[in-house]
Amino acid sequence: MMTLKVNGRDHQVDAEPDTPLLYVLRDDLALNAAKFGCGLGQCGACTVMVDGKAVLSCVTPMVLLEGKQVTTLEGLGTTADPAPIQRAFMDEQAAQCGYCIAGMMMRAQALLMQNANPSDDEIRSELQPHLCRCGTHMRILRAIRRAAGLMNRADLSSESGAVR
Amino acid sequence: MTRSGVIAGVLAALVVSGAVAIFAVVWRPAIAAVDPAQQTFANDLVKRGRALAAIGNCSNCHTAPGAKDFAGAVAVPTPFGTVFSSNITPDAETGIGKWSEAAFRRAMRDGVDREGRHLYPTFPYDHFTNVSDEDDRALYAYLMTRQPVQAAVPANRLSFPFDQRPLIAGWKLLFLRSETYHPDSSKSPEWNRGAYLVEGLAHCGACHTPRNALGAERASASFSGGDVDNWRAYAINARSPSPVPWDADALFSYLRDGWHPDHGTARGPMAQVVANLASVDPDDVRAIATYMADVFGPPATDRRHDAKTVLAEVKPMADRTSETNKAGASIYASACASCHESGRALPYGGINLALSTAISSPDPRNLANIVLSGVSPREGERSPIMPGFAGSMNDDQVVALVTYLRARFSNQGAWTGVDQVVAAARRTQTAQLRMPAVPRQPPAAPAQRDKP
Repeated sequence: MMTLKVNGRDHQVDAEPDTPLLYVLRDDLALNAAKFGCGLGQCGACTVMVDGKAVLSCVTPMVLLEGKQVTTLEGLGTTADPAPIQRAFMDEQAAQCGYCIAGMMMRAQALLMQNANPSDDEIRSELQPHLCRCGTHMRILRAIRRAAGLMNRADLSSESGAVR
Repeated sequence: MTRSGVIAGVLAALVVSGAVAIFAVVWRPAIAAVDPAQQTFANDLVKRGRALAAIGNCSNCHTAPGAKDFAGAVAVPTPFGTVFSSNITPDAETGIGKWSEAAFRRAMRDGVDREGRHLYPTFPYDHFTNVSDEDDRALYAYLMTRQPVQAAVPANRLSFPFDQRPLIAGWKLLFLRSETYHPDSSKSPEWNRGAYLVEGLAHCGACHTPRNALGAERASASFSGGDVDNWRAYAINARSPSPVPWDADALFSYLRDGWHPDHGTARGPMAQVVANLASVDPDDVRAIATYMADVFGPPATDRRHDAKTVLAEVKPMADRTSETNKAGASIYASACASCHESGRALPYGGINLALSTAISSPDPRNLANIVLSGVSPREGERSPIMPGFAGSMNDDQVVALVTYLRARFSNQGAWTGVDQVVAAARRTQTAQLRMPAVPRQPPAAPAQRDKP
């Protein structure tokens, strides 16, 4: 048994040290936002955040996660109260089939936490590990720019004392 | 004349002649400026220069990631401090716009800039002495027809006395051989073409030959392996650590595609080299492969011959419970084996690590670098891809993995100092990770390769 911290909660998980994080998230914790795409770390659909960094959960064994904080898309916001990145992807209708989008959002979130105003080149370069076969790339770019705007405005309003 | 007068006269003569000799060694005249706007070049010449610049890998040092082509300012770490590469765009003020062809050729042959200042041998003029006049002319035509970029280059950060340029003249006296390349009539034209390129413009030895205390290549150890940007440039002669010996066909396809099923993937500074070679005449790459295969020499009889034999000897994956390095074994099983032991062919599958030179290398630098930063795919091509693990593994975990890989996939003894190497790799590779990984020089699609 090991303790896995996901979205701010501790979970007791019975998994082998070489079990990929993705399997535990989906099969044991029923957190299904992260998707199984290729299982080889080549498509990006399984991306989650570990200690604030985008990580491919299909090639991340449990042994690497001792004491670390995992964040999945479920940890960012809810249907009733979506996070800025989720709001922005909905507003821009950036998903078509949506299979890649949870991973895209997680890496975009990690990027925006590091860099509040990324350039288009920086967004493209950061999202390079992600494949989208529907071809909504331009909308995804727009959504990430919009999310940056939403997050910056949220920061401003919280600085002036307003509550989100 | 008194005796003391004679002595004083002799001393004075010695001082003066010494000063004259030093002056003759150090001083170089400026070459008159030209007006870049007045110059015109034939298209064919420019196009030839473009291919030569790719063979010379000029962009690797003269184009900073994300910056304008050939605007320089790339920081090159050396044991003596940091040297910044020159702006070689035809900008009159900050580039080489005022340089005549004669000034350009002098820089290539003698390592002296137009104004007469000695250039640091970070610029590999010790190889460029071998470049022919015609090739220098084509390179000059190509560079002078690039987009001028006004961008001043930062001052070098070198410790005393290495910041004193006149000292470079002394270095040249010791190490710069000015004779040019002479063909060997006993070899084929292809071999000679390869030798001309390898020893000259392609300057392979600049990374693959170890350097002495003064930063000069050790002629007695040609191609025995060197260091570059915190990567190991492997020995590419009889001392090659590659599990499967190289031959001309393997070299050709590796240099052309950037990977080979028996050897793996070019990465680090070599990734740029093969990206550039992808855009040049295949005959030139074939010539380089032919010459280099001769430099490697026939494999020693005790070296295994093909991938099949090597793979037959791989130790099987140990039972989790019996494995002493459990952390390393678990990380390998989940993070690596799904690609590297799938049997899926390169480039999309990972090479079986028993074939990997990184794991049989004398030090773990390249392996640590690649675990952290992965391999970015090349835009528009069938190319290898590997995710980097800088975000998901801490240094201890990388150390455990690297140690496991060495023990399981090579017959060499354990590496020492793996923890320091991993920490250094983290510092340098994560800095590099922030830069765009896509090579911008050659056209992306293979179908575009023959276009200017």
